[in-house]
Amino acid sequence: MAIKEEIIQLLNEINDPEIPILSVMDLGIVRDVKIDGEDLEVIITPTYSGCPAMEMIQTNIRKCLSEHGYKNHKLTIVLSPAWTTDWISEEGKNKLLSYGIAPPTPKQHTCKPALFHEQEAIQCPLCQSYNTRLISQFGSTPCKALYQCNDCLEPFDYFKCH
Amino acid sequence: MPVVNKKKDSPIQDPSSGFMEPFLLHLADNALILGHRNSEWTGHGPILEQDIAISNIALDLIGQARNFYQYAAKKINEYPDRVVNSKTVTEDSLAFLRDAWDFKNCLLVEQTNGDWAKTILRQFFFSLYQSFLFEGLQLSADKQVAAISEKAAKEVAYHLKWSSEWVIRLGDGTEESHNRMINAIDELSKFTEELFIPASYELEAAKHGVGIDLTLIQPRWKEKMEAVFEEATLPTQKLKEKLWQGLFGKEGRHTEQLGYILAEMQFMQRAYPDSEW
Ligand SMILES: [Zn+2]
Repeated sequence: MAIKEEIIQLLNEINDPEIPILSVMDLGIVRDVKIDGEDLEVIITPTYSGCPAMEMIQTNIRKCLSEHGYKNHKLTIVLSPAWTTDWISEEGKNKLLSYGIAPPTPKQHTCKPALFHEQEAIQCPLCQSYNTRLISQFGSTPCKALYQCNDCLEPFDYFKCH
Repeated sequence: MPVVNKKKDSPIQDPSSGFMEPFLLHLADNALILGHRNSEWTGHGPILEQDIAISNIALDLIGQARNFYQYAAKKINEYPDRVVNSKTVTEDSLAFLRDAWDFKNCLLVEQTNGDWAKTILRQFFFSLYQSFLFEGLQLSADKQVAAISEKAAKEVAYHLKWSSEWVIRLGDGTEESHNRMINAIDELSKFTEELFIPASYELEAAKHGVGIDLTLIQPRWKEKMEAVFEEATLPTQKLKEKLWQGLFGKEGRHTEQLGYILAEMQFMQRAYPDSEW
């Protein structure tokens, strides 16, 4: 009999292939784990419509569950409610920072559509300076923006609000 | 994908509601074709950061296209008489095995990239349209259309901001960049009208609460467009210029540009049917 905590423990070990410091649980894409007798359903939601990592994440979840004896599992993808960076766990945000990626700020000013809008100061994950600037709203993966620190001059990724 | 229990979660069970298939394909085709066009910039962008930006936008659009194609395939497979040669319709067969006259995208998105100004302006016109479209479709009576739109709307907000800023940067930039924007307006403005002329399936979709009334978003589109143009020191009266003869992309009557895109995009599936990678 599957126990929910056991499944979540397994999912904690499955990482985002593009930001391997984060597990799928940290990322907040696992919406629910449903257990009904021998049947197991894991419900996930994609981060971005075209995120190429999603296919690999699904494969890895299936593989992991099968390897641990959960042959009777179902993986369901739901689009609504749409994923938001609010669902990244506190632990996930700390992991991002330790990995050199600025985590999404709690006040999500970057979602403001105003043109050439002054961005909220994003803290440099390396020297902790707030004196940074946006290089591009689009970074190396769909979920990141590119920033540069004006003090230590290091370019860095910002996990942008969504 | 697991086989979905037919009809169970489908709000539209009336077989007469034949507007769903073309309506979904129209939404998917728009996103796929513009996504493909944008992907032509990958590796050729003016600077690295903008190469990455336009490639990311391409990725978002192709993701939106996949969501709509997957849903369209599910709908089509619910009606066995629609399935040809007992082959199940898939997102791939819809993208790679239909011909130009089956595609229901707007003429705007199939136009060639031209220079950076033309690509930017095409994106701006379309993202602005999509922002109003998905705002409305989030409230669609069809739950899956609403869900896809809710997701897409968040992505489009970034596309719109990015392309608006570029329209202003180029329009209010140097004489050279300004003139290039003027040329882009000359080439593309005649394709904007079509966005707001509803095809029959859009009218039906709106009537059933699945789609939206396009005539309601046209003035909002125009107002926002003019505000950005004004800041970009670009003339807005140019846009009154009229249209194409007999063409209507939403009903499969395309400019010759679409054929070239499909020739490239569909080559592998046509030459090596059912190949996977
Ligand atoms: Zn720094």
